[in-house]
Amino acid sequence: MLEVLRRELGGAILGSEDTGSDLCVRVHCTMWRRVAEICREKLDMDYFCFLSGIDWMVNPAMSGEKVWEPEGGGVVMEGDEAEAAPATGLQTGVAGGDTRFQVFARLYSTTEKRGLTLKADLDEAQPRVDSWVGVYRGADWHERETWEMYGFDFQGHPGLRHMYLPGEFEGHPLRKDFPLLSREVKPWPGLVDVEPMPGEESGADDGVATAGAEA
Amino acid sequence: MCLTLGVDFGAYWATTLLKVMVVLGLIPAGAIILGYVFLLKMMSHMQSRLGPMEAGPHGSLQLVADGLKFIQKEDIFPERSDRFVFAAAPIVVLLSTFLLYIVIPAGPRLIIEDLDTGIFFALAVSSLSVLGILMAGWASANKYSLIGALRAAGQLIAYELPLVLAVVGVVIQAGTMSLQGIVMAQADGEIFGVGIIGNPFLLTQFIGFALFLVAAQAELTQAPFDMPVAESELVAGYMTEYTGFRFLFFFMGEFGTAFAFSAIGATLFLGGWYVPGVHGTLADVLGPLVLGAKIMLVAFFIFWFRFSYPRLREDQLQAFAWKFLIPLSLLNIAVTGVLKVAF
Amino acid sequence: MTVTTDWQKSAYIAGQAADARVNVELETEGMTLNLGPQHPATHGTLRIVVRLDGEQVVWAEPICGYMHRGYEKLCEVRTYPQVTTLINRIDWLGHFANEVPFILAAERLMGIEAPPRAQWIRTLFFEMARIANVSLFLGDMGIQLGAITPVFYAFRDREYVLNLMEAATGGRFHPNFDRLGGLKDDLPRGWVDECHGVMARVVSFCQEMEDLLMGNRIFQTRTRGIGVIPAAVGLEYGLSGANIRASGVDWDLRRDEDSPLAWKHCDWKVWTHPDGDSYARYWVRLQETRESARIITQLLDGLPSGSIQAKVPRIIKVPPGEAWCHTENPLGEMGYYVVSQGGRGPFRVKIRSASFNNISIVPWLLRGVYVPDVITILASLYFILGDIDR
Repeated sequence: MLEVLRRELGGAILGSEDTGSDLCVRVHCTMWRRVAEICREKLDMDYFCFLSGIDWMVNPAMSGEKVWEPEGGGVVMEGDEAEAAPATGLQTGVAGGDTRFQVFARLYSTTEKRGLTLKADLDEAQPRVDSWVGVYRGADWHERETWEMYGFDFQGHPGLRHMYLPGEFEGHPLRKDFPLLSREVKPWPGLVDVEPMPGEESGADDGVATAGAEA
Repeated sequence: MCLTLGVDFGAYWATTLLKVMVVLGLIPAGAIILGYVFLLKMMSHMQSRLGPMEAGPHGSLQLVADGLKFIQKEDIFPERSDRFVFAAAPIVVLLSTFLLYIVIPAGPRLIIEDLDTGIFFALAVSSLSVLGILMAGWASANKYSLIGALRAAGQLIAYELPLVLAVVGVVIQAGTMSLQGIVMAQADGEIFGVGIIGNPFLLTQFIGFALFLVAAQAELTQAPFDMPVAESELVAGYMTEYTGFRFLFFFMGEFGTAFAFSAIGATLFLGGWYVPGVHGTLADVLGPLVLGAKIMLVAFFIFWFRFSYPRLREDQLQAFAWKFLIPLSLLNIAVTGVLKVAF
Repeated sequence: MTVTTDWQKSAYIAGQAADARVNVELETEGMTLNLGPQHPATHGTLRIVVRLDGEQVVWAEPICGYMHRGYEKLCEVRTYPQVTTLINRIDWLGHFANEVPFILAAERLMGIEAPPRAQWIRTLFFEMARIANVSLFLGDMGIQLGAITPVFYAFRDREYVLNLMEAATGGRFHPNFDRLGGLKDDLPRGWVDECHGVMARVVSFCQEMEDLLMGNRIFQTRTRGIGVIPAAVGLEYGLSGANIRASGVDWDLRRDEDSPLAWKHCDWKVWTHPDGDSYARYWVRLQETRESARIITQLLDGLPSGSIQAKVPRIIKVPPGEAWCHTENPLGEMGYYVVSQGGRGPFRVKIRSASFNNISIVPWLLRGVYVPDVITILASLYFILGDIDR
């Protein structure tokens, strides 16, 4: 599958990775629509699974760690030091990435029973990419949702309007710099209790009762 | 009602007042009985649940409680509704129900008014409810109600014909349109010379009976013909905006008409109040009970169909009426006429 | 960094209680009707704006978002075990089935595998979630069409399944039972025998539905030929599950995907129907319910013994990476794309829910149909609002 894509796109493929269960290919954003067409015609990808975006910026206020110590300062555990400092650089995931925003989509072939994840980097200031609506009609709603949540501009989309949020909503919620408003309004009632177990080192907390306990 | 008690009630107006009171009492009584037995209890048991059990023994006073509840509710008019028409619509529907009860015989002398054109009058008057429904739908200033009302108009008009034509067969066989006369014809008739149980027209007019049941189902806008009140689509169709006692009027109209149609069906096909071997004053006493039992039988079928079948779409409904029921009923009339002349 | 203004904060709070206004252009010809958001036919708060010409639909558009809870954002601030509690509620009728793909994705990232007994019991609960979900559909389709009785039978028989779920997991509707590495607890004693009895009931219920509803002339007239979805169009829109199998596509993730769950140990069949109309969708789901009961019976007979949970550290940190896992949920294909950057919670979770795609075909499908058929089509597509809106 990768060979077919390489043959067609050549240098536009910026990275690929086979994670054993899944193939992920990153292409240049100008080739975004072209890669969809190739998948449809050559790779027999008739099923459109989804299309969405990723924001790779790390926001320490918005992570699982915040659950444990919302005031900052943090509980230091072994092995934590390496990750304790918020990453200033962007760590992007599978198949690499250069920019903060990535649009990614998944296609599947029902005849050959295999799927493919595609990614493309988008410009941070003006995230813009071609729309897939002409190739896969189902992309219509997904692109609307991605525009709403991330602010990506899909060129050629018949009408980008709000999917979930009311018409007057400002901002793009799934971006990492958009705060979780319900947390701003009141603290999360599910804060964990940081109480050391008797006999164990201080800092080992087990507030969340369902966390990986042995059966 | 002129009872042979030896007392003449005298003034025409007093008698009329009495008759009006009787009918006004019969409508809610009939509605409550039908509603309780069939809607609340039979439907619930068929759906493996109990139904209301709290109000009264086994929930028998539930509808009375509902009635009281409806009466004391606030009288709301939608903002842009046509007030007069909105208020008048349930009255028109109830009017048609009221007029239906006038011609139903409950005994040899227990009939409000024995008209010579009994059944014709009854059928004519039952079409008045279409007006009421249209008025309700239009005056509600609600798109759902309007859709429901328009569907109702089309459906009720379409199913008038099979109803009338089914009854024509009975009229041919009985030779009279008066309902009392039809009962007597069944009472005095014989089946191949055997006169023990009379000649209930069910035996010969079985097609007519089936047609009558189906058409009555449609006239009452019960499933499978309840497009006008399609609960899962139009909320309550033309009745959506009605609350309080106006809704009570619609409800009583619906069940009162069901009671009346069951009574007419029982009279036309099952022999009405007639019980073999009972005549005279005893028939006056037993007649209503016998008629009541026969009403329950017919209503059982009506309600059983109601909650067993999904509903037909409007155009399928119309196609069913025009392309199937009407030709069948015409055939029924033709055969009845031929046989009547031949025998 | 965008600053949240005070206006935004107060609008958010107020907006939680207010209705959303959407600009719908009113044109003079035809009648524009709002089906919903409060409507008996939509399973929840879906609003469909249709423009009618008499009784025919000229133009239809579903407006979702009345139940949008922001799951993807919420998942980013939860730890992995806490996410399970949240995602139970996406498709609330097929409860357990929502947790499984997420847990499998996280396990794939961690490189651990649950012991066989846990995998088999997971499959068991998955199929029970399917029965709980689809049996409601079987009755519900009846009530959308006007048959008010079958839905009571559906609820009655579904109660048995829910009681079983409660006996095993403590929750009828939201078991919250799947854990990274296995399950929370083992099955109670005597559960297996009772489950056999309940499955027999489920099979007899399916037979009842088949006789009562599917064989009914009126039901067939109302559903045959209504809402035909050609397979190619359906796949383009991303229709999945029974909806696309009813259009003839032979695709079932339980069989076609190499998942660690126990379907490959059972002997079962994938049902398809060539027609693609509403009747076909009902038919396929009915057969699938029966098939689920068969699968469960086989699973019960062959349950391996062993531990219920693999060894996982107390505080779970998933190594960095990305994983995609999808399963054949009762509503369709549900998948989670989990992005982890090492840490106690996921970095990004993309929830691919089945009903979102199933409903996206509605504008295309509803052109030219009658209003009653709109209800039939919506009922046959079978969506859950939580699945659409997440």
